[in-house]
Amino acid sequence: MNLRGVWAIYHYEMSRFFRTLMQSFLSPVISTSLYFVVFGAAIGSRIDEVEGVSYGAFIVPGLVMLSVITQAIANASFGIYFPKFIGTIYELLSAPVNFLEIVIGYVGAAATKALFIGVVILGTATLFVDLQVEHPVAMVAFLLLTCISFALLGFIIGIWAGNFEQLQLVPLLVVTPLIFLGGSFYSISMLPPVWQTITLFNPVVYLISGFRWAFFGMADVPVGLSLLAIAGFTGLCLAVIWWIFRTGWRLRS
Amino acid sequence: MSMVEVTQVTKKYDGGFEALKGVDLTIEDGEILALLGPNGAGKTTLISIICGLVTPSGGQLRVGGHDVVTDYRETRRLVGLVPQEINLEPFEKVLNTVRFSRGLFGLKRNDALIEDVLRRLSLWDKRDTPIRALSGGMKRRVLIAKALAHEPKVLFLDEPTAGVDVELRRDMWEIVADLKARGTTIILTTHYIEEAEAIADRIGVINRGRILLVEDKQSLMTRLGRKELRISLDAPLGALPPSLDGRGLELQDGGHMLVHRYDSTAERSGIARLMADLAAEGIAVRDVATRQSSLEEIFVNMVHNEEDAA
Repeated sequence: MNLRGVWAIYHYEMSRFFRTLMQSFLSPVISTSLYFVVFGAAIGSRIDEVEGVSYGAFIVPGLVMLSVITQAIANASFGIYFPKFIGTIYELLSAPVNFLEIVIGYVGAAATKALFIGVVILGTATLFVDLQVEHPVAMVAFLLLTCISFALLGFIIGIWAGNFEQLQLVPLLVVTPLIFLGGSFYSISMLPPVWQTITLFNPVVYLISGFRWAFFGMADVPVGLSLLAIAGFTGLCLAVIWWIFRTGWRLRS
Repeated sequence: MSMVEVTQVTKKYDGGFEALKGVDLTIEDGEILALLGPNGAGKTTLISIICGLVTPSGGQLRVGGHDVVTDYRETRRLVGLVPQEINLEPFEKVLNTVRFSRGLFGLKRNDALIEDVLRRLSLWDKRDTPIRALSGGMKRRVLIAKALAHEPKVLFLDEPTAGVDVELRRDMWEIVADLKARGTTIILTTHYIEEAEAIADRIGVINRGRILLVEDKQSLMTRLGRKELRISLDAPLGALPPSLDGRGLELQDGGHMLVHRYDSTAERSGIARLMADLAAEGIAVRDVATRQSSLEEIFVNMVHNEEDAA
């Protein structure tokens, strides 16, 4: 395995992140603070508790997921799309690195950035609410798996995209609505029965539910099902990426 | 020893375009081969296949004895590629992007080597400059530095001087000569004939996906090179005297110039007889010059002949 090659890609991607550290850091802090002000303070003051947890604390796992998923996709899709766009992809394709090494480099860097943002948001949240974590190991595992799996999805989007509009299309039209409707700001038990059933087709529900369980010990769906869902999603993304590199789809003519 | 062996390589793109139609080519260790051909001839496709950017439809390619598909790690370590387009990340600094290239090829960081490469390419002073702030010529040098960062045995230069000024072109030729002196095998594609003439050891001509010939530059020029004897006359001639007719002579410049075309490799050039005949006719000669047809003419003739035959 070309470990130095993997490191070169990872390091190069991370250095881009550190070049714009203030933007990377300030943007999630400000947006999270705004969510807390709007949802936690303004709306939350009218909602007592959700299943025994204050509304401000209840939305923290959803908020972290919202940012982590968005950032993982954005970083990974841009990471691989940009070399395609400016033509530097030639170097990657003519280097002695295989698809697994390229994926580890790009997806690893995107997942690291998303994880960093997730930790920053958690830190910011503690300034606003009292936060308890009942299952810290599960919390870290869910966070890591989400970072990796959505970075994989972002990588696929970056390879698929033929222009900057397409790069934004899937995150804007598919992923963001799924996150908002996935119980980020509410428990699905608060929905009418029909919508509760429909919601179960949204994969993000399982992620947020599992992540919330790690914090408060309560979940919309069984935690085992959450783990299965995220493992299945990761497997699916890996299979698609394997196919992309095998066929050279949108990479090699 | 053969460094690159291309055997019956074909490439048909998804749209049905056949870019290569059974190419055979052998490149020897340490030589400079110039691949000449008009736009769309298949030069870039051939290079891209050897470097791993394009998948061949058929045939076999070996670099340093390894197959480029099954032993891609070995072959890619041996090969450096300088692409035709200036493909560089604009915000990155010169030194970082060159270091990245070395790392990508699985090699340990070597600051001394990178410094040497950058100095040879007159880039050392620009090492901390973001690429977007460099001139076009400097960017091309960065591409070469990136390709050399992993110490390749074979360097592919795809149209290295396309769109660069004369001075920079000469600089580039010096860089290529220096690399050859260090033992690097160089394959360059170009449609500037003078470039091939100036720096190549052997010349390959490719057109419409086929190699028309590969030959030593000197022997090619001698074999195909026509020479011209251009005789300036003291007084203009209205027409050729009968004794000189039928020898393929041509009057130019309003009768002031007599042009005699001959094969420089033939046993008899006919020059001595012509001069004697001119003297016999009482035609005074002011000056004499010879001119060898350039590679460009050879190339244009060859491509035209092939197109006429097609």
